[in-house]
Amino acid sequence: MRVELELLETMTRIRNFENRVMELFADGKIPGFVHLYLGEESVAAGVCKNLRDRDIIVSNHRGHGHCIAKGASMKKMMAEIFGKSSGFCKGKGGSMHIADVGIGILGANGIVGAGLPIATGAAFSFLYHETDQVAVCFFGDGASDQGTFHESLNFASIWKLPVLYVCENNFYAESIPTKEHNNIAHISDRRHGYGIKGMTIDGNDVMKVYETSKEIIEELRKGGGPFLLECETYRWRGHFEGEPQTYRPKEEVASWKKRDPVKSFQEKLLSENIVAQEGIQEIEKKAKEEVDAAVAFAEGSPFPEPESALADVYSKSL
Amino acid sequence: MREISYSQALAEGLHEEMVRDPSIFLAGEDVGVYGGDFGVTKGLQKEFGKKRCFDTPITESLLAGLAVGAAAMGLRPVIEFMFNDFMTCAMDQIVNQAAKMRFMFGGVVKLPLVYRTHFGAGFNAAAQHSQSLESWFVHTPGLYVVAPSTAYDVKGLIKSSIRDDNPVVFLEHIFLYDKKGEVPEAEYIVPIGKAQIRRQGKDITIIGYANMANLAVQAAEKLITQGIDAEVLDLRTLKPFDEPSILSSVRKTGRVLVLQEAPRLCGVAAEISAFITENAFKQLKGPIMRLTGYDAPMPFSPPLEKFYLPDVDKIVEYSKKVMAY
Repeated sequence: MRVELELLETMTRIRNFENRVMELFADGKIPGFVHLYLGEESVAAGVCKNLRDRDIIVSNHRGHGHCIAKGASMKKMMAEIFGKSSGFCKGKGGSMHIADVGIGILGANGIVGAGLPIATGAAFSFLYHETDQVAVCFFGDGASDQGTFHESLNFASIWKLPVLYVCENNFYAESIPTKEHNNIAHISDRRHGYGIKGMTIDGNDVMKVYETSKEIIEELRKGGGPFLLECETYRWRGHFEGEPQTYRPKEEVASWKKRDPVKSFQEKLLSENIVAQEGIQEIEKKAKEEVDAAVAFAEGSPFPEPESALADVYSKSL
Repeated sequence: MREISYSQALAEGLHEEMVRDPSIFLAGEDVGVYGGDFGVTKGLQKEFGKKRCFDTPITESLLAGLAVGAAAMGLRPVIEFMFNDFMTCAMDQIVNQAAKMRFMFGGVVKLPLVYRTHFGAGFNAAAQHSQSLESWFVHTPGLYVVAPSTAYDVKGLIKSSIRDDNPVVFLEHIFLYDKKGEVPEAEYIVPIGKAQIRRQGKDITIIGYANMANLAVQAAEKLITQGIDAEVLDLRTLKPFDEPSILSSVRKTGRVLVLQEAPRLCGVAAEISAFITENAFKQLKGPIMRLTGYDAPMPFSPPLEKFYLPDVDKIVEYSKKVMAY
């Protein structure tokens, strides 16, 4: 399959998954919190298309898109979100802690900025073992203010670690607009403080994200040193599902929805005759079926046994 | 048997493990070129190279989190925080990440890392360089906590801590580095989770760890001249602590004094006291007493620090109070 179609497929799958999670959450079927990736699908799809199973991603609270793009099973994701024992984390983690280390997902994370040192540590292990694996850390504009961002980029720079720091700037850190939580033109300008490379791109242009990150990752594998890639994008929903979003003007949300990364890519592929309308519908249909199956799997799975609340705290000791 | 210092024994233990297992690396402030504040890591960078023993910028949060990422990928990091007081700068990575990642991910990762650190008082280092924060780590599910008090124990426990697949907070009391003790030449391990009876006795069980355990042994030598035969139990591991050994001793003596340098409230001594009461109430001849630090930061001036810290005389005094009930 052409890479364009693969990218469209991934974005479509994420879109469908998140839309369904949104509905299920509104119906009270999902415990706890969810932070939806709707509107940002192009970033995860574009970056992760360049990664192998043995490359690592570290994600954040808004992590469903990253996990799907990295190859996580929708069934096991949905089951985890539902808190079922068949979920990735046996129901112990939930939406914010989905992980599948076997395919290089070193977890979503509920603490803003916490993933950066962890991704940096994973990258260190690749340098240690002299492999050509890379680590990618996804975080937002808010996280780039956190101390861990600065400590991590600084360290990665000194050691020239194979880590790509992807800042998904959706122009809000919870309720605070970017211009009010930092005083720089672009998050990627912070690269100068650490002596590393970086740039800012339109995160809603999936081909741009894919091609840019492809080059960066190839360089990383050859020891090119850490990179700060800022992808400008926008989340369609609140910071978390259920919050009133009083801080974003309706016109702003509407104008970004017109730059829908999925729809605009469909239109581009149609106009370039890379896909026909039937092809797009087929991709939609398949994605919907996959999500349906995931929901059925989650709903049909049992909750974990209560005592499992105390399992897996410690590894077996000596 | 030869006698070497605590710091030398620790250095030997680290060296032996690094030779044995190439996935072990050491990182921290001043550990590489300088060899650590007490010479514990001296020579290791030269022998094993920069990748395996390196200095970091003053970035505790990154230090703690680097260990998490590296350990998740199969390495065995041994990280040094110069003072446990500085671990406060890394608390999210230690408590929310290192301690919880295995659990939150349903057991699919293990984090075989060691966070080594200096703790305790006695050198007039004042409030921000003299703390005993062990109870924070004991309180955090997912962490093991170890506090050896002798040269023999520190070597044996650093080896078992490194080999253990859990995150271990390894507390080295600042007063102990020069203390000499018998250490065999041949390789040995001290298991995590096992206390040691440092002195057998029948009248009272004095429970302590790190420097307090050593002071308790000295206090016992004074107490015997006053007709009190004290059993000194050195916890060695704070979590998981050695429940059978504690109960066995308490059932024998019926009288308990628990020691800690740390401030009184919610310390390890409180936990041990509650545990004993729950499990050996009938055998107790009186309430368990604690000799601890105060609900106050560590003061600077020498007479103030001396007032604050439990010492041999205070242990003797409190033991007599326990006996008098």
